[in-house]
Amino acid sequence: MNLETIKSEIEANVPGCRLEIVPNNSPSGQHSLLIDSETALTVARFLRDAAHLRFDYCSNVTGIDWPGKEISEKVKIKKILDGVEQEVEEIQKTQSAGHLEAVYHLYSMEKKHGPVILRMRTEDRADRIHLPSLTPIWRSAEFQEREIFDLYGIVFDGHPDLRRILMWDGFEDHPMRRDYVEPDDYEYEPTPHDAVLQKAKQHLSETGGR
Amino acid sequence: MSATTAATAHFTPKPSTDGGEGQLLEVSMGPQHPSTHGVFRMDVALDGERVVKLKPVFGYLHRNHEKIAETETYLGSMPYTDRLDYLCSITNNWAYALAVEKLAGIQVPERAEYLRVITGELTRLQNHTSVIGFLLQDMGASGTPLMYAFREREKVLDLFESLTGSRMMCNYMRFGGCRADMPAGWLQQAQKVVEAFPRFLDEFERLLSGNEILMARTQGVGVLSKELAVDAGITGPMLRGSGVNYDIRKVDKYGIYERFSFKVPLGEHGDVYDRYMVRLLEMRESVKILQQAMRDVPPGPIMDAKTKLRGFRPKAGEAYGRIESPKGELGFYLISDGSPNPYRYRVRPPSLVNLTVLEDMCLGQNVADIVVILGSIDFILGEVDR
Repeated sequence: MNLETIKSEIEANVPGCRLEIVPNNSPSGQHSLLIDSETALTVARFLRDAAHLRFDYCSNVTGIDWPGKEISEKVKIKKILDGVEQEVEEIQKTQSAGHLEAVYHLYSMEKKHGPVILRMRTEDRADRIHLPSLTPIWRSAEFQEREIFDLYGIVFDGHPDLRRILMWDGFEDHPMRRDYVEPDDYEYEPTPHDAVLQKAKQHLSETGGR
Repeated sequence: MSATTAATAHFTPKPSTDGGEGQLLEVSMGPQHPSTHGVFRMDVALDGERVVKLKPVFGYLHRNHEKIAETETYLGSMPYTDRLDYLCSITNNWAYALAVEKLAGIQVPERAEYLRVITGELTRLQNHTSVIGFLLQDMGASGTPLMYAFREREKVLDLFESLTGSRMMCNYMRFGGCRADMPAGWLQQAQKVVEAFPRFLDEFERLLSGNEILMARTQGVGVLSKELAVDAGITGPMLRGSGVNYDIRKVDKYGIYERFSFKVPLGEHGDVYDRYMVRLLEMRESVKILQQAMRDVPPGPIMDAKTKLRGFRPKAGEAYGRIESPKGELGFYLISDGSPNPYRYRVRPPSLVNLTVLEDMCLGQNVADIVVILGSIDFILGEVDR
């Protein structure tokens, strides 16, 4: 089933939705559909319930981390050099916020077609990390969304039981993020050497010999 | 119970002041419980013998497989996939190889496709036999059925050993084919094992299927409705035990599965007995596939000549590849950014998703039935926690 037709059908049936096809250049040809978080539940419900689509089976739910990139732009700035106003080209560096992404692979058990791939993106990676949960539509998303919350830190609004699943409750960071730094879990060793010795030295210098 | 420590006090029932009726007992089953097949815990609330709440607790075996794979090359992750579902390393290899092949557009030679089907279906045979053995063991049939199952599993593992060099961690497939061709005489040996397999299944069925205790313990126990199974994304024999006709070998026709004639056994009631029966019948279909594949296997290369395993850099893009593993839909989702290691590597574990309906199947059942229902799910913690 063509993603273009699915997209135009959703646009005809869900008013106000903003969809975008994310092209995939690999030979697999699995293009995906970027949906906005306001109408995500309505779009998902349409995909599940429309009689000829019937995407009743949400197979795979996963998160992806896209950290912010440094964007360098050449900007022309007017500057006063030696008392004369001149136009100088300067490279201005800005940091993009980056985003977290949740990906849903949908199939139909009734019609035996698929996949249709849905994506949702958060606004940034720091505090605007809320996305609507699709668990009310497909229950199979429940534990997998919990896993994304645990490992990537996306907060799914409307999830029935959003807790950590693989890491323990007291754990604080999100280990699947690209910029995750593992904690200094230093263990005393009587004869440290090589990498262990380096780690011991660094730990002891940071903690003051403890 | 005078010397109750602080840790155990939480699970001790509160002393009743009003005769004790209606008090719930909280039991923490696991993580070191023999029926959980690994380190897995359930927080169970009991009203007498009846289960009123059950919350699964995961993560004891978590090692962040996905993160490790993202720092590894594409080839370097292949042996690590063996450790996901450590009973079925070959189908894990297959799912991963399929995803990479989709990502990079690799064609697999004819003979390798046959080798994949043969080893994959042998994996299904040995997985289903051991699962049935363990299920009976969990039910209290201590030893005997499991020994019968393991006797047959040994024969398949011997075949794997002489083909791949390892009994369980086979590391057999590569993207673009398979790692090793059949040694001399292997096919005849495998044919012998497969020809003898239906006799073992007859024997197993004679011993078990009509057994009164087995029927009493499994029929009507742990019923999973069709609607819930689809909604919760259940796959594999569990889904088909509930009567949903969905087998990825038939739906996706990945590899060369459209060449073989086989049926998809379906259950009717969705209880533990149906799941048991579906697995038994599925083994008979696997034998049929194996017979056809072994008859037709062509000569030729087993690796795609154009694929470079070392220094492998697929173009930027993404792919989701999935197969019907013995446990259900095993999928790998890969994103490449053009570098030698995947930007994103995700395993879609059938075991984890199949476990999510555990509470629904156990509510209202007796505490002893939890063990049976859990055994009928067929999960491996290496894959659940990753």
